[in-house]
Amino acid sequence: MASITLKNVVKRYGFGKSTNQVIHGVNAQIGDGEFVVVVGPSGCGKSTLLRMVAGLEEISEGEISIGQRVVNNLEPSERDIAMVFQNYALYPHMSVFENMAYGLKIAKVPLDEIRARVDKAARILELGPYLRRKPRELSGGQRQRVAMGRAIVRQPQVFLFDEPLSNLDAKLRAHTRLEIQKLHRELGITSLFVTHDQVEAMTLAQRMIVMNDGVMEQFGTPEEVYTRPATTFVAGFIGSPPMNLLKNAPDAKPGTIVGIRPEHLDITAKGWSLNVDALEMLGAERLVYGRWLHGAGDELVIVRCAEDHPAPELGSTIHVTPRAGRLHAFDAATGKRLPI
Amino acid sequence: MVERRPLLNALSHVVLILGVLIVAFPLYLTFVASTQTSQAIMQAPMSLLPGDQLIENYSAALMGKGAGAGAKAPVARMMTVSLISALIISLGKILISLLSAFAIVYFRFPYRMFVFWSIFITLMLPVEVRIGPTYKVVADFGMLDSYAGLTIPLIASATATFLFRQFFLTVPEELVEAARIDGAGPMRFFKDVLLPLSATSIAALFVIQFIYGWNQYLWPLLVTTNENMYPVVIGIKRMISGGDSEMQWNIVMATAMLAMIPPALVVILMQKWFVKGLVDTEK
Amino acid sequence: MEKRVVFRSRWLPWVLIAPQVFIIVAFFFWPAAQALLQSVQQSDAFGTSVEWVGLENFINLWNDETYLASFYTTAIFSVSVAVAGISLSLMLAVFADRVVKGALIYKTLLIWPYAVAPAVAGVLWLFMFAPSVGVVSYGLRAMGVDWNHLLNGTHAMTLVVMAAVWKQISYNFLFFLAGLQSIPKSLIEAAAIDGARPWRRFWTIVFPLLSPTTFFLLVINIVYAFFDTFAIIDAATQGGPGKDTAILVYKVYYDGFKAMDLGGSAAQSVVLMVIVVVLTVVQFRFVEKKVNY
Repeated sequence: MASITLKNVVKRYGFGKSTNQVIHGVNAQIGDGEFVVVVGPSGCGKSTLLRMVAGLEEISEGEISIGQRVVNNLEPSERDIAMVFQNYALYPHMSVFENMAYGLKIAKVPLDEIRARVDKAARILELGPYLRRKPRELSGGQRQRVAMGRAIVRQPQVFLFDEPLSNLDAKLRAHTRLEIQKLHRELGITSLFVTHDQVEAMTLAQRMIVMNDGVMEQFGTPEEVYTRPATTFVAGFIGSPPMNLLKNAPDAKPGTIVGIRPEHLDITAKGWSLNVDALEMLGAERLVYGRWLHGAGDELVIVRCAEDHPAPELGSTIHVTPRAGRLHAFDAATGKRLPI
Repeated sequence: MVERRPLLNALSHVVLILGVLIVAFPLYLTFVASTQTSQAIMQAPMSLLPGDQLIENYSAALMGKGAGAGAKAPVARMMTVSLISALIISLGKILISLLSAFAIVYFRFPYRMFVFWSIFITLMLPVEVRIGPTYKVVADFGMLDSYAGLTIPLIASATATFLFRQFFLTVPEELVEAARIDGAGPMRFFKDVLLPLSATSIAALFVIQFIYGWNQYLWPLLVTTNENMYPVVIGIKRMISGGDSEMQWNIVMATAMLAMIPPALVVILMQKWFVKGLVDTEK
Repeated sequence: MEKRVVFRSRWLPWVLIAPQVFIIVAFFFWPAAQALLQSVQQSDAFGTSVEWVGLENFINLWNDETYLASFYTTAIFSVSVAVAGISLSLMLAVFADRVVKGALIYKTLLIWPYAVAPAVAGVLWLFMFAPSVGVVSYGLRAMGVDWNHLLNGTHAMTLVVMAAVWKQISYNFLFFLAGLQSIPKSLIEAAAIDGARPWRRFWTIVFPLLSPTTFFLLVINIVYAFFDTFAIIDAATQGGPGKDTAILVYKVYYDGFKAMDLGGSAAQSVVLMVIVVVLTVVQFRFVEKKVNY
């Protein structure tokens, strides 16, 4: 088991004028046995970051250590890691057993031990009956489990997951999320998990890294990230519907942005007045889209209320009040969180 | 089909059967001639029904006892030369093309694209346009009348290199990454992953290149002077160079049948790969 | 398209490409360069003296009536082979595409000539048409045609064209069949609903949609007739009677190896090289275009 340390990690592609920097100095310390999720929109550099830890991309600047070892110049196979790919990357011509055993075979692990380890992994993942099958004879979920099995048998210091659930349907994805959590509880191996799906990130992570445009916006527990977003980007990215980021709220100071989550706005007799623009019924709750009535710049404000709350009429005026202690403030220029 | 047109269907079958018959007629005639005596063929017209000399003619051909004025080398020997050359050419082409495509796709090295385009240019240099000087090179290497001379100059292949390059480019990147994480070096990845995945392409190419190798004519004509190193295709040509009267057509035709059997078998038994090979190597 | 991930090694890629590079340098580029060099030189019959003559070999070629005649022969030959081969195989493919029963059997019975060596094909057709013993020439004589390709240049040309077409029919057939099968059935059905009968459907829908295949085969057949039919001609007519079937490739071989005219043969090689380059460029332009179809 090992910790992972990222020190000023930078990634650039190309040379000279055509240089394209995609990671701008990331610093992070991932503890031994911790499950960390890297989340961000596509193209934010999260996969590149993971691939640098894996050794599939060169590190342009900075240092990555696994345990006490700096791994910048080590081959992927020497880094004591295992990786689960988005499309699983199973060898199509090998059976499930051979797929899981391949790395061990190359490492010249004795055959009995290979068999023991593969059998154990197959038992954990309920793959026993499929060991002789080829990947094409398996369902998507089974392939995904084989990819996990291949990672487990290596008994690595670190698990790396590159969007491993995005090729599964919604139901299977929820199920597999639970399995991954269970697996992590049992094996306790340090894990780095990349996803663009915030639900996955919130449910799986012990701590999460939110990335945007090659910059680490925030590193914290899901609760911290949700309740105290460090930047407007994080505030807007995590949570669905996203936090209202309002420049024209009635009591806003100039140069700041007021943040309030839709569920923290209550419809009251007095307060901020809004004209109801649209309504959405989501089942357990209702979204009300309103626009300012106090004449400031036009902005959409989302209010989330319980399904049993009477629905306002379209075009009518409502009043909302932010719940105490739930307001956020951000610097309009830098997007950084300001103390309230 | 869209609508029922019994007449058109019948016509289709008639045309196809006629086509098949016309295409097959030379083959049938060859077979008939290979079962008759030389005299029976000489009394034009020869009978269009098979004769009773099948075993005699074929064994005479195989042992090299029959043919008159031309070559007297046993056809069995020539078939062996053809088989060995065709195998060296087809397998050699596949091997060196696999290796160079692997280098070009999976490595970065200086002059990589220059090498690639050099291989491409060879498409524009068929044997026919450089026979004299190529002959001289082979003669200078002392490779006349040898398997090396018969095969090595024909082993370079732009088509096969392209084919494998195209195929390698479609192999998902994650497989290389998974292999690297599993600790496989380049040659291990080549042997354990790339080669098994290329199996169908290799089979398709093998069919095409085996036929290409077996059917070579101009090149062996230049570099072999010793009957012992004649491929069967050259042997037949040498047999008929005597002239109409003294030719033993029955033996020539038995030899022609023998020369056709191996490549025809390859095409018919490996039809699926043959068609794939033809389509893949066009371009 | 390039791979994102590659292996790192300074020497391994060179080892991997070494065999291919060695062969193309020794047996392709070096000889081709020699041919270029020889084409501007003149050596005597024993190869003892070599003289720089510039473009003289090419000028001689241009003034050589037999060479120009060979060009003409090649043109007649390749156009005949391409047109006859393409029309016959298109007809067979169209009917084969129609039939449901026995389609595979027809296909199998039509593709095997591909496996026959060109030289053997030449011998087979020579045997059928041999003036003294040939079954077909006997039949023709009975019908009043005095067939003798040893004396009659037109007969000889017809013979090699037939042998060359026969050998190439399987290739054309397979490509036409594949082309026909890739035409969406819905188009044919739409035309049928519009009331077009089969004959008309073929010329207004199927044939235009097949035009990329047809054009591709046209180029392939011309390349085939230029370069791959040497063996057929050498086996069936040896370029005769006279020089009536001596196509360009045959003449290069004959002048270089039989008549030992190195400079002249090399100049002819260079001309052939130019022809190949032109044909290859045409073919690749077309392949690029095909992507858009």
